[in-house]
Amino acid sequence: MRAAAADQVEPAANKYLIAALAWAIPGAGHLVLRRRQKGLTFLVALTMMFATGLWLEGRIFPLGFDLYQPLVGLAAIADLGIGLPYFIAKFMGHGAGRVVAITYEYGNAFVIVAGLLNLLVVLDAWDVAEGRK
Amino acid sequence: MTTHVGLMALFSIFVSVVFATLMRDEPRDQLWFGVRLFAGFIGAGIGIGWLLYPLPL
Repeated sequence: MRAAAADQVEPAANKYLIAALAWAIPGAGHLVLRRRQKGLTFLVALTMMFATGLWLEGRIFPLGFDLYQPLVGLAAIADLGIGLPYFIAKFMGHGAGRVVAITYEYGNAFVIVAGLLNLLVVLDAWDVAEGRK
Repeated sequence: MTTHVGLMALFSIFVSVVFATLMRDEPRDQLWFGVRLFAGFIGAGIGIGWLLYPLPL
């Protein structure tokens, strides 16, 4: 995939800072790199996807590794991919997850995939910061 | 909205929007790619659903 010549940017000064920002706030890395349309789209779509997962009574899985439930640890890492919204939701008491709710598993899928997609967005921001795109 | 098909469509919209924005740079290309991706998700979901329909649970 090749970016248009007009979109090419010089390598950013601090790629690590941009990657951290892109992780913490979905789309923020692209906004800092002046990819306004992409940044805003990621900000709205990923935040809404995460919020929809919580609305569907999905669970924010706790960090930590349990030998008997290794998938919980992996789900927690995926959840954490969304960045600050993970901590804000936890702080506000959301994401307890109601297992008996009919939408529980759907909610988990939304929350987990939102986190994983944001990790892809972080990698894309890294590529842009390096001047590869 | 909280039916299986409704949530599948909602999920497909979110994923299609993010992938189209990631993989294409021009808004027109993003729209076209996103629509095709969304149609693929819905088509595959319904197609696989019908394939599994005769299987006993």
